[in-house]
Amino acid sequence: MDGFWLAAIKVVIAFALLFTVVLFLVWAERRLVARMQNRIGPNRAGPAGMMQTLADGMKLMFKESIDPRRAELAVYLAAPVVALIPALLIFLIIPIGAPITIGSTTYDLQVTDLNIGVLYFLAMSSIAVYAIALAGWSSGSKYPLLGSVRASAQMISYEAALGLALVPVILYNRTTSLAEIVVAQGETYFGIFPAWNIVLIPSFIVFLIAGFAETNRAPFDLVEAEQEIVGGYHTEYSGFRFALFFLAEYINLFNIAALTVVFFLGGWQGPVFGPTFLQYVLPIFWFLLKTVAILFLFIWARASLPRMRYDQLMEFGWKRLIPLSLLWIMVVVVAVGLRRFGLPWS
Amino acid sequence: MSWLDDTLGPWRGFIVTFRQMFRRSVTTKWPEQKRTKPERFHGRHVLNRYPDGMEKCIGCELCAGVCPANCIYVRGADNPQDDPVSPGERYGFVYEINMLRCIFCGLCVEACPTEAITMSNLFELSVTDRDDAMFTKAELLVERDGTPNHNAPAGPLIDLDELKLADGWMRATSSAGRAEYEGIVSWSESAGDSPKSQDTSLKQEEADS
Repeated sequence: MDGFWLAAIKVVIAFALLFTVVLFLVWAERRLVARMQNRIGPNRAGPAGMMQTLADGMKLMFKESIDPRRAELAVYLAAPVVALIPALLIFLIIPIGAPITIGSTTYDLQVTDLNIGVLYFLAMSSIAVYAIALAGWSSGSKYPLLGSVRASAQMISYEAALGLALVPVILYNRTTSLAEIVVAQGETYFGIFPAWNIVLIPSFIVFLIAGFAETNRAPFDLVEAEQEIVGGYHTEYSGFRFALFFLAEYINLFNIAALTVVFFLGGWQGPVFGPTFLQYVLPIFWFLLKTVAILFLFIWARASLPRMRYDQLMEFGWKRLIPLSLLWIMVVVVAVGLRRFGLPWS
Repeated sequence: MSWLDDTLGPWRGFIVTFRQMFRRSVTTKWPEQKRTKPERFHGRHVLNRYPDGMEKCIGCELCAGVCPANCIYVRGADNPQDDPVSPGERYGFVYEINMLRCIFCGLCVEACPTEAITMSNLFELSVTDRDDAMFTKAELLVERDGTPNHNAPAGPLIDLDELKLADGWMRATSSAGRAEYEGIVSWSESAGDSPKSQDTSLKQEEADS
């Protein structure tokens, strides 16, 4: 029973944290992009407009949810939920801080530490494609269909690169558990420079680029290219159903940023000092700081880069990213093998 | 080094956007910060009076005729013999502007033969009821002392003084002919009852040359 309540509390905290983060993420993105475009951005609701997302969410809740006449209603209604669930589930395995020991019990600061965490993440992000495909198909309209066809092709293509970018991480850290991957990154060079997984920097770059494509963000946002296909797969969705898609999109963005930190930037690793209380809080702080830095990169790219053409996107994914990943995997395999077994002739 | 430029080109964009973050924004925090409007701003219309209190509108319907959005409705009527509303034969008995349709082109001002309808600087015209967007003579016509009327009381968004500012068309077609003729009144304030002052500056210039 204890385990159940602990899990329940963790889930509630995780969800509360996730929704709060997303709330501020949307606001921060709007403010930052506005600043980069010499605008002010939302500044009305709450201090500096921080409550803008909440206000928008409330507005969407009270708006009419339209059922298009030609929609496949059952699938049409299920799609937003299918979009949200994998997004929420991925967050459950992300360690947001160092384990806390109170008395004789140690609490992990993640809802659950799966020993196949990496595979779980890849599986969940594959399921997210279903939501988009179903939403586009069931809307019974051409723009959503085009958007979902693009999204499916894009996400499947870049998922290959995403998965391949994680192979060196697994090989190098010799585990697929996210908590252990973070622990394995605790070493330092010369005692001061954090080692993290910086030696895997090609993987980091590939993962980040594939992450942009997975979250359908600029410069890979042709899934929702407003100029061509209105809103893409969620064109026909209104009211709270649209809000669910929107929420899922930003939760996915946060997840990808957090996972980039977990896999390559040492997760919650960072200088820890001071009293016990600070020792528990600082890892969380480092984790969030790194995540925010990656999120800033995502937002920055959105304000800076133009959208890619569809053939460019496919060419970049299949002809550049995937061969590069494969090559890099071979390099890592040889290096890891040499380190572990020594030269074959010695 | 064109290949270097080609490779670096997209990445330079990142520097540009980062730099822009610390620049002053071009938009302002309206309504706390209101920027000065252009000299010939096209805002809400006002119907003017002569200095003696007579309405300038003669009910000729030229404004309604020229309106490209068909938003002006005018009905003229004969002036009562004993208490004329306007100098002349007829006056504007009904005068309505549908602000939902108006495109603020100012053609009505140009068409008006008596400068009865002019535009002011007020643009905060949002209403919560579509019927409120129908401006009738009660809102459009200025009082005898020159104070303008409006369909809503003055507030943080509505500065009724902006209704008193002169129309750009009036400035542009004033005898001075130039909008930047500051300090030299050669047009009458839109909502005001002041007579057109004699344009002495032009004579001065002629005398100089």
